[in-house]
Amino acid sequence: MADAAHGLGGLKYDPKKRAKPPELNVFIALVVIVAAFELLGWLLYRDSFLFNTRPNVDAIFNWARLNIIILQVSIVGIIAIGVTQVIISGGIDLSSGSVVGATAMIVMSFAQTAVVNGNPNPKAIFGEWAMDLPVIVPVLVGLGCGLVAGLINGLLIAYTRIPPFIATLGMMVSARGLSKWWSNGNPISFPTESYAAIGKGMMPVVIFVCLAVLFHLILRYTLYGKHTYAIGSNEDAARMSGINVARHKVLIYAIAGMLASVAAIVLSSKNLTAQAGMGVMYELDAIAMSVIGGVSLAGGRGSIVGTVIGALIFGVIISGFTFLKLDAYYQEMVKGAIIVGAVVLDQWRQRRMASRM
Amino acid sequence: MSDIVLETRDLTKHYGGVHALEGVNFILRKGEHVAIMGDNGAGKSTFVRQITGVEQRTRGEILFYGRPVNFAGPLEAREAGIETVFQTLALADHLDVADNLFLGREKLRLRLGPFSILDYKGMREATLKALQKTGVKIPNIHNTIERMSGGQRQCVAIARTATFHSRLTIMDEPTAALGVQETAQVENIIRNLKEQGEPLILISHNMRQVFDLVDRIVVFRRGRICANLRKEETDGQEVVAYITGAKTQPEYADAA
Repeated sequence: MADAAHGLGGLKYDPKKRAKPPELNVFIALVVIVAAFELLGWLLYRDSFLFNTRPNVDAIFNWARLNIIILQVSIVGIIAIGVTQVIISGGIDLSSGSVVGATAMIVMSFAQTAVVNGNPNPKAIFGEWAMDLPVIVPVLVGLGCGLVAGLINGLLIAYTRIPPFIATLGMMVSARGLSKWWSNGNPISFPTESYAAIGKGMMPVVIFVCLAVLFHLILRYTLYGKHTYAIGSNEDAARMSGINVARHKVLIYAIAGMLASVAAIVLSSKNLTAQAGMGVMYELDAIAMSVIGGVSLAGGRGSIVGTVIGALIFGVIISGFTFLKLDAYYQEMVKGAIIVGAVVLDQWRQRRMASRM
Repeated sequence: MSDIVLETRDLTKHYGGVHALEGVNFILRKGEHVAIMGDNGAGKSTFVRQITGVEQRTRGEILFYGRPVNFAGPLEAREAGIETVFQTLALADHLDVADNLFLGREKLRLRLGPFSILDYKGMREATLKALQKTGVKIPNIHNTIERMSGGQRQCVAIARTATFHSRLTIMDEPTAALGVQETAQVENIIRNLKEQGEPLILISHNMRQVFDLVDRIVVFRRGRICANLRKEETDGQEVVAYITGAKTQPEYADAA
C-alpha cells in the first residue's frame, strides 16, 4: 500500500500524525536539569558541570563526571529494565534489591579463588571443590537464583492472586534473610580473575546498554512486549482476547528476577566482594528510575527508552548534588521529593489527556 | 438439525443462591439475526457469558453447529468461531487500533515462542482492509484507544468481530453509549453481516433498532425466556408487555 492517505471513508494512516513520543518530555526534563546544574555551578563555584574546565586535559566535556554518572546508575539501571516491564504489566516488584543481595552472596561463594597472596582464601565458604571454578558456573548459578526468586514471585501473583505488592514484599524480606543467613553475615570475597572481569571498569555500562537495547526491542517488536502492555492496560481485555495472562505474568516476574541477578553478578564482580547488605533500597531506586522515565504505576504506559533517560536523570541529580557540594543527607531528601514530583506530574499529565477527549 | 447454528438446552447459571439463568432453551438458525431483550438483571449478559465461555454454566447443554461444546474460556469460543463484542469493551486503552484488532492473535513475522516478532505492516494493512469492509470511520488508526471517543471505541470493538470470519457474532448492547451518527454506523455494520448471511445475537434495549435489524426477538425475564416472537407478528407494545411481566407466552408459562 502507498504511504499517503490510504483508505476510504476518512480512514487514514498518516505517519506524521503519530502522537509525539512521551519520552520527549522526559528527555527535556533531563536537559533542563543538566542546564540547571550548569547554571548553579557557574553562579556558585565558577565551575562547569558538563564541560571540561581543567587546562591540563584536552577535552570539551568533563568525561570523568559523565562516566561516573552513567557508571553509578548502570547497575540499578539493569534492575530498572526488569522493573519497567513489571510496572508496565500493572504490577510492582519490591524484591529486586534483596534478590541482588542474596544472589551476590550465593554467586560469590562459587566464584572464589583458592589462593590469595600465597595463602588459602580466608573467606572461603565451600571446600576445595568450589574454588577456581570456570566463570560460567557462578554466572549460571546467579541467573538460576534470580530465576527461582522471580518464578516464586510470578507463581504467587498469577495463581494465588495475591497483590504483587504483597508477594514481592514477602520475597524482599525472605531473600534478605537468606543473604544474611548464607554466611552468617560475613562478607564473601576474593573472586577469580575472570569473574572480576565482568564488572571491571566500564563493563557495567556496556552490559546495561546491551540489555536496555535488547529489552527495548523485545517490548516493542515481540509478542511478549505487546502482551505485557495489553495486560497492564486492561487485564480483562487481555484475558478475553485469549492471552494466557497467568503464564505471561510468571514470565514477566521471572525475567525481572533474572535481571536483578545480572545486576548482582555485575555488582559483586565490580566490588570484588559480596555482603549481606548489598542492594538495600535498590528496588526503590529502580522503581524511581522507571517512574521518572514516564512508566505509569497504573500500568500500560512506559518504555525502556524512558527508563534509561530516567536513570540518567537519577545519576545527574546525584552527581549534581555532589558537584554543588551538597550534603549527602540533603541528597536523599531531595531524591524523595523528586520521585513524588514525578508521580504527581504523571497523574497530572494523564488527567489532562483524559480531559482533552 | 442441519441449519441450527446455536442451541442451548436447559442452560442454567447460579451465582451462589442467585439464579441468574434458569433452564434456557434457545435456538439460532443459519443467517438469522436474533435480538435478546429484557430488563436489567434479566439474565441477558449472563446468557452470553455462558455461551462464550467467560463463565462456566451450572447446568445444561450448548450445541454449536450440532456439536455439544464446553468452552473452557473465551479463547476457545473464539477459536470455534464465536466473536463477541462485550458490554464492557474488551479493548486495551493504551494500544492502537491494529494492536487491539489483533490482540491475542497477532500476525507474526518470525515464530520464537513468546518472543515471536510481530508483523506490524501486515497487521496495519489488514486493519485498513477490515475497516474499509465494515465501513468504520476512524481518523487515524495509529491513535491509541484512550484518545478516541466512545463511538470510535465501539467501532473498533465491532470491527474486531467483523474482521475475522466468524460463524456467530454476539453483540452486547453495542450502541448503548453512542451518538446518533455512530449508532447508524454500527447498525450499518450489522446490516452488512445480515447481507453476508452471518448469524447474529444482538442484545439491545433499543426497540426501534431491534425492529429495524433482526428477524426474531427473544425476551428474558428473571433468568428465563418468557417470549419468542417473530418480528412481523409483534409490535413494540407487546414486547414491552413481555419485558415488564404483564404478559407471558403460554409455552413459557412456568417462567412467571
